[in-house]
Amino acid sequence: MDVFIQTFVAGILIGGIYALIGIGMTLIMGVMKIINLAHGQLMMVAMYITYVLFEHLHLDPYFALLVAMPSLFVLGALLQKYLLNPLLKVDSILPENQVLMTVGIAMVLTEIIRFIFHSDYKSVRTGYSTANFYVGAISFNIALIIAFGIAVLLTIGLFFFLLKTDIGKSVRATAQNKEAALLMGINAEWITILTYGLGSALAAAAGTLLLPIYYLFPDIGGPFTLKAFVITMLGGMGSTVGAILGGIVLGVAESLGATYISMILKDAVAMVIFLLVLIFLPGGLKTLTKI
Amino acid sequence: MKRIGWQTILIIALLLFPVMIGSDYYRHIFIISLMWVIIGSSWNLLAGYTGQVSFGHAIFFGTGAYTAGLCVTKLGISAWWGMLLGGPVALLVGLVIGWICFRLRGPYFALATIAIGEIFRLVAIDWRSLTEGMEGILLIQSFRSKLPYYYLALVLAAACMFAVYLVLNSKWGYYFVAIREDQDVAETIGISSFRYKSLSLMISSYFTGMAGAFYMNYMAFIDPHVVFSLHDISIMAILVAIIGGVGTLWGPAVGAFIMVWLQEIFRSAFFGLLPQWVSEAHVLVFGLLVIFVIRYLANGIVGDWSKIVGPWFGKKQLSYSSSGNGQ
Amino acid sequence: MNFFETQHLTKSFGGLIAVNDLNFKVEQGEIFGLIGPNGSGKTTVFNLITGYHPISSGTIQFKDHSLNGLPTWKICKLGVGRTFQVVKPLRRMTVLDNVVASAFNHTGSLHEARDKALEVLEFCELIKKKDSQAKDLTIGDRKRLEIARALATDPTLLLLDETMAGLTPQEQAEGVELIRKIRNAGVTIIIVEHIMHVIMSICDRILCINYGQEIASGLPAEVANNHDVIEAYLGKE
Repeated sequence: MDVFIQTFVAGILIGGIYALIGIGMTLIMGVMKIINLAHGQLMMVAMYITYVLFEHLHLDPYFALLVAMPSLFVLGALLQKYLLNPLLKVDSILPENQVLMTVGIAMVLTEIIRFIFHSDYKSVRTGYSTANFYVGAISFNIALIIAFGIAVLLTIGLFFFLLKTDIGKSVRATAQNKEAALLMGINAEWITILTYGLGSALAAAAGTLLLPIYYLFPDIGGPFTLKAFVITMLGGMGSTVGAILGGIVLGVAESLGATYISMILKDAVAMVIFLLVLIFLPGGLKTLTKI
Repeated sequence: MKRIGWQTILIIALLLFPVMIGSDYYRHIFIISLMWVIIGSSWNLLAGYTGQVSFGHAIFFGTGAYTAGLCVTKLGISAWWGMLLGGPVALLVGLVIGWICFRLRGPYFALATIAIGEIFRLVAIDWRSLTEGMEGILLIQSFRSKLPYYYLALVLAAACMFAVYLVLNSKWGYYFVAIREDQDVAETIGISSFRYKSLSLMISSYFTGMAGAFYMNYMAFIDPHVVFSLHDISIMAILVAIIGGVGTLWGPAVGAFIMVWLQEIFRSAFFGLLPQWVSEAHVLVFGLLVIFVIRYLANGIVGDWSKIVGPWFGKKQLSYSSSGNGQ
Repeated sequence: MNFFETQHLTKSFGGLIAVNDLNFKVEQGEIFGLIGPNGSGKTTVFNLITGYHPISSGTIQFKDHSLNGLPTWKICKLGVGRTFQVVKPLRRMTVLDNVVASAFNHTGSLHEARDKALEVLEFCELIKKKDSQAKDLTIGDRKRLEIARALATDPTLLLLDETMAGLTPQEQAEGVELIRKIRNAGVTIIIVEHIMHVIMSICDRILCINYGQEIASGLPAEVANNHDVIEAYLGKE
């Protein structure tokens, strides 16, 4: 039973970070109606930024958030402005042109990083990376607890932004109905740039928070892109609350999978959940909760 | 009339090529290019003509390859039986995937194909009693010479393109394009979009599976990372088609040769002329090429041909048709 | 048995009732007008008939078939064609190919489908544009293409959704002519239209709805002078 609870707790904590990845992806999907297949790669870039700051300036990863998030915001905004938005004006056969563009972006980001840092594994080991405290027989990893706490704060901040500020409301309006939003005088192009930047910054936060307890290599982006869309799908595409649920469900499922199922197939857990949701619950978890 | 001219020349050139060029290295690159013509054309039928973008053609390629491999390791028969069985087995897999995804609208199909592709890869790694896991399947090649493989690949590629051509000039082709252009309209003119999307996927998966079986026979070695690879197979299939020209008959063929050659040129660091680090840049070059093509040549090299040659030859912009009447 | 009949046809989206207990019959060979102010549920009625939205309750019967629960493409196979209010040409196909795709409804042969398509284009006076890309057509020609595409499926019942909106008076007159020609060819028509003189001049009978409910029905003259109809359009005095 202790093993189960231990696994479950670890799953929820990692799920909090996954939620950040998922919310970023969901925002982009909601506003642009595209799957961002560069999401994990953007996160990977942020992780390398944090790694460099730690390695060369000895900056604590949590302070590196203050650099990594704005940097990725700018990177994301530029990508949207100069690579994704211009595609809207092009008449092409595949409506998925923007999605294919994100594939190209993902490839380029990964290869540039590989060029600079080579393929070997890196990690950021802080004093608290492996520190634990115990409640009964259950151990809590301190780095994970801090990461979870920051993830929750960022999520609350984001919800405040979306619900209370004018810009946040514009983002939501654009996600709900782009044409209506345009008629209301919302500058949709600007909103898409903002959203992609915001989504990238959230992915950056997740990456930075994961770094002290994870490892790093250029190809780490791909698996996280997959996780991101599984979370989004689980939550019901375009639903931010759903993405939080989806992130936690995925974290717990992976954690249980790693403990109770084959080590290799644990990676398939996310994909199987995804397929089950696709077949039996195509609207995602939000259709269960009516959020 | 002029068109028949260049097609005849092309066929004769392809038939004579391996006789004229003795180098096994160049023959090999041509064989791989022809294999990619099959995969690219298959992907294009489904995505370019029917509008259903797949990120998982490795599923069908790997299924075909493993079907051929398992013929030897499990059934004790020749891997060449895989050439007959690989297509149908992949088609069945396609049928199931279509049944799951095509009832839903939106990007579900694209997403599901990524997920299913990953599941296939991981299961192929983990199910060692069937697949030998990461050790892969190793066969003995039937022929030492490249020539039989070359002509087989040529016949298969020609058969695949001809099949696509026939489909496009039939009721199915018109229905596929109608679904791509507007699914609501397609339904109101009597098209069961579910049925015809499934048909398109079945044809596409059949030929991709056949290419996989060919790969097993030719390379004589497969493992899950090679044949179920998201990047090297699924994404490559997309690149081949979009660079050549989505929704054009010849686009994937052009794209296949460009991509395979480009890959080879970079891998060999321009045949050893440039420093070694260049060989690591081939994925980067692919990525930049994708970005460039999508941004500036949305219809690929074949689709935007008039746009490419126009400035130099001052030709009038040819009216470009991507509809069901072939090219 | 009636040619076409709805009984207690009702559709609600969430809490909003778009079509409410609608009963009407259409006789074979007539032009039946469906009118009402904006948002009164006319297009929804078409979407229900063609199976685009599932019916909440009630029945739709066409010849000896119930259309309830049938998928859109089967309803088309039974002989119901429709046009869209917001025209939806298959953009990157030629005009001819648009219509050929439709003409495959009752044949598997490209040759027959082409002949049928050419015949329909001739009938709709669109033959000169047959090689243009559908996306390059003018609005008037796009509306014609909508009609041609629907006709090529060989319908016995044709649903026309505002095929005159946005046309010049000249084009409207030609449109009226075309609709008469279609009826004379033996096709029964249900037409949704805003332009009153058009609807008054070609319809045999008219049903006026508002908020998804019937407010008047009968001969054009009767409906035009109905107090509730005038009120629905112009508001209360």
